[in-house]
Amino acid sequence: MTEKSLAVDPGALPTLAVAGLACRRGDRLLFEGLDFAVRPGQIVWVRGRNGQGKTSLLRLLAGLSAPAAGVVTWGGVPLRAAGAAFKQRLVYLAHANALKEDLTVLESLQFLARLHGRDTSVASLEAALRRLNLHSRRRAPVRTLSQGQRRRVALARLLIETGPSLWVLDEPYDALDAEGSAVLDAVLSSHAERGGSVVLTSHLPLAVARPAPTVLELGVA
Amino acid sequence: MSRAFKAVITRDLRLAARRRVEALLPLAFFGVAASLFPLGVGPEPQTLRIIAPGVLWVCALLSTMLSVTQLYAGDHADGSLEQMLLSGEAGLLIALAKALAHWLVTGLPLVLIAPLFGLMFDMSVAGIAMLTLTLLLGTPILSLLAGLGAALTLGLRSSAVLLILLVLPLCIPALIFGAGGVVAVESGLSARGHLSLLGALLIFTVLLAPPATAAALSIATE
Repeated sequence: MTEKSLAVDPGALPTLAVAGLACRRGDRLLFEGLDFAVRPGQIVWVRGRNGQGKTSLLRLLAGLSAPAAGVVTWGGVPLRAAGAAFKQRLVYLAHANALKEDLTVLESLQFLARLHGRDTSVASLEAALRRLNLHSRRRAPVRTLSQGQRRRVALARLLIETGPSLWVLDEPYDALDAEGSAVLDAVLSSHAERGGSVVLTSHLPLAVARPAPTVLELGVA
Repeated sequence: MSRAFKAVITRDLRLAARRRVEALLPLAFFGVAASLFPLGVGPEPQTLRIIAPGVLWVCALLSTMLSVTQLYAGDHADGSLEQMLLSGEAGLLIALAKALAHWLVTGLPLVLIAPLFGLMFDMSVAGIAMLTLTLLLGTPILSLLAGLGAALTLGLRSSAVLLILLVLPLCIPALIFGAGGVVAVESGLSARGHLSLLGALLIFTVLLAPPATAAALSIATE
């Protein structure tokens, strides 16, 4: 049924749903019985103390690891079965920035864009970098950048997204200054407006006003 | 060719070009190791001719192993590997691309420089040609197996030791048939049997190593 509706309207983003999810790290049960959904246009803010399994949850949502119990579905289809159709509409930003020290800023961004089949024209990449105030550093090797600047390069990946997609962001505000955070707020808002969905973790209060983020608290059972 | 496949190869070649000294280390090791044998064994042309195929093949094998530990470790540490696995393309294409890039950086230069060392060991023209041909067939096998070993030991402590223990035994058939083919030609026999087996081994590895590598990678990133 879901696949049929996908075929009718390829533009609309399927819902990511989680049912009875449990995650185990070694002997420790991080969380269990987790149920929620991420609908198009929604921003879900995952909160919890350190070590409560925020990153583990995001990795489960991205399909990088398998849950101890429960299931993650994409438009009603389990992630493993959804496969490439899911991955093509997923943007996963981990704690690590996935940048190579020896490549330039532009080359790093171009690699990520090409890898995920996004627009790799220099114009669109430079526009993304300009918005994050990195344009003057576009030919600099990544190793010469500060932590905050590296984070901006990783976030520039979000700015080249055009269609509605699912963003899974692990501490995207990490190492960003006030100006960078404001740009990210605006990017998240406009992404949600065009029907994209976001799941993110942040230890700082979220300043995104529109749409109001849905809070998911981990570890308060 | 798929976009992710091309993207990974282009990036790896570019990275190798940015770190030329590191990228050329296996080649330098091959040169030094092969040059030490005449010094150690003695300059007797007859002896050198006899040991040449084995020496050159073993040096090629060992120098390929030099760069193996770093094959996936860097991408794993900085998060690039996760991004590759989330690209929406089959993991085996990524594994194939990484192995091909590894071969282009370490294997191909060995194939190209081997004739020079063949001359140094006073090998016959036919022997040198066969050495180049067997290395051309054999070094891709080494790169594919190296990729598999690197993926299997990813994120483990003392992975370098494990990797050598794991990969070297798998490389032995390639070594035997590769060096054996050259020995056969040098002693005036046909090397067709050796070449066929080496070719079969290459096909077998191309078909089986990338899916196994992909599976190991997705376990390692879990």
